[in-house]
Amino acid sequence: MASSMRGLSVFISDIRNCQNKELERLRVDKELGHIRTRFKHEKGLTPYEKKKYVWKMLYIYMLGYDVDFGHMEAVSLISAPKYPEKQVGYIVTSCLLNENHDFLRMVVNTVRNDIVGRNETFQCLALTMVGNIGGREFAESLAPDVQKLLISSSCRPLVRKKAALCLLRLFRKNPDVVNVDGWSDRMAQLLDERDLGVLTSSMSLLVALVSNNGDAYWNCVSKCVKILERLARNIDIPQEYTYYGIPSPWLQVKTMRALQYFPTIEDPNTRRSLFEVLQRILMGTDVVKNVNKNNASHAVLFEALALVMHLDAEKEMMSQCVALLGKFISVREPNIRYLGLENMTRMLMVTDVQDIIKRHQAQIITSLKDPDISIRRRSLDLLYGMCDITNAKDIVEELLQYLSTAEFAMREELALKAAILAEKFAPDLSWYVDVILQLIDKAGDFVSDDIWYRVVQFVTNNEDLQPYAAAKARVYLDKPALHETMVKVGAYLLGEYGHLLVRRPGCSPKELFAVINEKLPTVSPPTVAILLSSYAKMLLHTQPAEPELQEQIWAIFKKYESYVDCEIQQRAVEYFALSQKGAALMDVLAEMPKFPERQSALLRKAEDIEADTAEQSAIKLRSQQQTSNALVVTDQIPVNGSPPVGQLKLVKIPSQNMETSSFEQRRTETYGAVNKVDPESSPSVDLLGDLLEPLAIEGPPSVLTATEKGQGLEANPNSPGALVLASFSDQPNTVQPTINIAERFSALCLKDSGVLYEDPNIQIGIKAEWKTFHGRLVLFLGNKNVSPLISVQALILPPRHLKMELSLVPDTIPPRAQVQCPLDVVNIQASRDVPVLDFGYKFGTSMVNVKLRLPTTLNKFLQPMTVTAEEFFPYWKSIPGPPLKLQEVVRGVKPLSLPEMANLFGSLHLGISQGLDLNPNNLVASTTFYSDNSRALLCLVRVETDPSDRTQLRLTVASGDPILTLELKELLKEHMISIPSITPTAPQGPMPTPLQLDPPGALSIADDPGALLAALL
Amino acid sequence: MGIRFVLMVNKQGQTRLAQYYEYLTLEERRALEGEIVRKCLARTEQQCSFVEHRNYKIIYRRYASLFFLVGVDNDENELAILEFIHLLVETMDKHFGNVCELDIMFHLEKAHFILEEMVMNGCIIETSKNNILTPIQLMEKAS
Repeated sequence: MASSMRGLSVFISDIRNCQNKELERLRVDKELGHIRTRFKHEKGLTPYEKKKYVWKMLYIYMLGYDVDFGHMEAVSLISAPKYPEKQVGYIVTSCLLNENHDFLRMVVNTVRNDIVGRNETFQCLALTMVGNIGGREFAESLAPDVQKLLISSSCRPLVRKKAALCLLRLFRKNPDVVNVDGWSDRMAQLLDERDLGVLTSSMSLLVALVSNNGDAYWNCVSKCVKILERLARNIDIPQEYTYYGIPSPWLQVKTMRALQYFPTIEDPNTRRSLFEVLQRILMGTDVVKNVNKNNASHAVLFEALALVMHLDAEKEMMSQCVALLGKFISVREPNIRYLGLENMTRMLMVTDVQDIIKRHQAQIITSLKDPDISIRRRSLDLLYGMCDITNAKDIVEELLQYLSTAEFAMREELALKAAILAEKFAPDLSWYVDVILQLIDKAGDFVSDDIWYRVVQFVTNNEDLQPYAAAKARVYLDKPALHETMVKVGAYLLGEYGHLLVRRPGCSPKELFAVINEKLPTVSPPTVAILLSSYAKMLLHTQPAEPELQEQIWAIFKKYESYVDCEIQQRAVEYFALSQKGAALMDVLAEMPKFPERQSALLRKAEDIEADTAEQSAIKLRSQQQTSNALVVTDQIPVNGSPPVGQLKLVKIPSQNMETSSFEQRRTETYGAVNKVDPESSPSVDLLGDLLEPLAIEGPPSVLTATEKGQGLEANPNSPGALVLASFSDQPNTVQPTINIAERFSALCLKDSGVLYEDPNIQIGIKAEWKTFHGRLVLFLGNKNVSPLISVQALILPPRHLKMELSLVPDTIPPRAQVQCPLDVVNIQASRDVPVLDFGYKFGTSMVNVKLRLPTTLNKFLQPMTVTAEEFFPYWKSIPGPPLKLQEVVRGVKPLSLPEMANLFGSLHLGISQGLDLNPNNLVASTTFYSDNSRALLCLVRVETDPSDRTQLRLTVASGDPILTLELKELLKEHMISIPSITPTAPQGPMPTPLQLDPPGALSIADDPGALLAALL
Repeated sequence: MGIRFVLMVNKQGQTRLAQYYEYLTLEERRALEGEIVRKCLARTEQQCSFVEHRNYKIIYRRYASLFFLVGVDNDENELAILEFIHLLVETMDKHFGNVCELDIMFHLEKAHFILEEMVMNGCIIETSKNNILTPIQLMEKAS
């Protein structure tokens, strides 16, 4: 059939022959034009042609081009009478459309007819599409039919397995519509099924049902154990379901996963049978030569380990698990090593085994130096989790050592983790000071202000520490090429406590002044301000006064009296005046008082979560053991910074943020220092021959492959040509961004200025102002090099709902210069699409081209407002339901406390109306949306959270425009599900006024590492 | 909820098949595919088959010039997915006979049919090669 679609093959060949992206685009445009014309004159189209064009569209879509105009054609094929067309219609529709697409409504009836009809193949097609993209309307009209099919005895397995997963989707998306009362018995019956295909999909359905209402499905536990026994003992398993001799490893894994959704297994017989099976898996899994068999059996083994941990087995079995994991983390095979580390981290929550895990510390530290970043990340997480007061010194020192060689992507996380561990588990305070100073020295760019504020706070509060810290700072200030943060902390400490060192060599006031003043010409204004305060303090402490020093310092004050920065100017003027007054100076510049002790934000967060969940025993126990003498404020935090809920029920937390986000508090001035060519390079040029080689069927990234290369599988025996594993050495190095573009974009969605893109040659910053439906963005293009960037090109590709105009971008950016390009935006309609900046330049001989999403998101055209109950409720009630009011249960939400959620909403320009909703677990927010096309539209949002499960919530959005409602709802969902780090944008260390020198640490609560940690996790 | 997407990408970074089980806009897909390709294709064979990216874990395997990349959430058994990739390749091999990149390119629809019989809404639905291929063979006979 496919071979007969000649036009399609010709088109694909043409695309393949395109030399570059531009030619490809031309060819695609030509084809799209052709298809569009053909569709317009539809009368002449045969079903075959229609089918062909729809496949072409899917192909073009896969290449990354918009094919919106053809959605209708794909959808209409669903109603075709013949199988080939219908099939294409169903498959392509589920690839192109999302569940909220209006066109889907038109086919609800056709789909229903296919599902209840007699044609098995039609049933399968319809069930699959609904299972992939079925939304609310489908749930409403189809759920009972699908349920009937699933339990019907006259239906063949091939239909029932699809019905199971179709029901799973309908239920997951709309649990309020799909009625599953009484389904526990049906579910148990389903698990008696012999057909492994039906069982595989039923098991997924069980997971969904149990995770929604665990108590109702107890009767399924023994059935799951029976299935597991059947598989583990290989009883009545058809050959086609064994994989390299292992009875369906996927069903085994899924079944054990399902069992982890039950808190425990009470029935002693079932428990015994299960443990027998688990014991057999733990003991009986050997390393074998065949990679596939080995992987499959280890997949089962790792799942068994997870289940054993979950069931809190006897100590003996637990030790057996740790021993296995200990073996795994030292094998050569990288996959097993990775999984060993990952599972060991999960095992940390079992209190009994922590000491055994500690025995593997040396091995884990070795993995921190592994050439593979995936493994290093796992190792870092594990070390962080296992750190306590007994091993903190070793672990933190390892982290510090690693910091010097770690890649940039990891440094920020490393620095923060090291700082937190040092703070929490410091055996003595001087060690803590050492660690933080080393941290600033080695990775100053990655140490946020909060970390050095904290060190100052400790030193201020602990008199014994003051001379030590001052002496340390003195030593560091002698080093060449100091990071500016070190200058700040050094100057502060020496200003405050330098006089305590007076008898030591090199520490006379004059000498201290000289070493600090050396830095003055090169530092930025905020640091200058700190330096001036230091000088004032030095004057005070130098008694009797030294005229020479006084002269020097006064000269500096004088010089800065006319400085352009008014903060610095004010300091200079006031310090100068004060220092003339003698006695008055004593009072004003006296030593800083101790900081009040206060609870850290993190601790409060941890407590919030504890209050929410009853079953915290392991965490609580653990956190109580971990007291630290270092810290007055944060000594009870669970080591493993992730929210404790996640620790106990790892399997149920849908998406832990795996790529730790960066905190956005770094100041702009530090950006310039981060340049590095990313070692990852783009793939090599096309070698046509590769296309023709059969796909080698042996898994490549495995050490075993080396010895296994000769082994084929039954389908592809000993074909030597099949096994071509090309090397990567031939790839050219090109310019790569030095920051994570996606992260920057997410951050900029929530704020209005920052860095959008950076590579070794250029930095693109952005600053935006918004007013109703107008926006003005300024792009700052900064050349970081000493040679000019030429052939600079910037092109805006706006989405349909925005009008945009970019002012002229110069062709050349001179060395070290910054060019500003304003960009005006007018919003026409609500949409989540964003414009793309197509940016290119030439540096030396290489052309660099990037496509950057601009953060012109829907929320920028919102203006937060708070409404009263009198305004809110009538409007809320006046909007009855879809499409103006949409409601959705959102799962897999980042567990956020309500204040954090409110914070997020604030960043998205939604105003929270406190107290409107009587339920304290709910949030109500309102905002106004502006567009050129319509009047200002009021939008109301309500979030109902579930205190016992922060990963799900119900979101309702209402407005006077269906598109706006939908887009806003989706936007909120995006931000709630994958939240870019929202570190509270604390005011930039409020510059202390001279008369009441604000202690650097006495900032808002948001400035402590605890809050940072919270954001990081 | 399991598998979020399945990608087949050649070593030049060109996408040969993309199937998503959650809706992403075209722009998001392009960005995501670009990031993933950059991260995964540069890895060596001594490195493990798992890469953490955004909220996904990418499990990938290379066969000659073609990379199979499966994005999952944090709640999947990595090795089971790794072998599922192999099962997919074996199944395509059985159908096409020594499957190669060109087969997938020029028979995109068949590759989609096979995948659709194996994964639905991000869940594994069938692992028996015979059962997977039966509908496709029926259809070929019919036409």
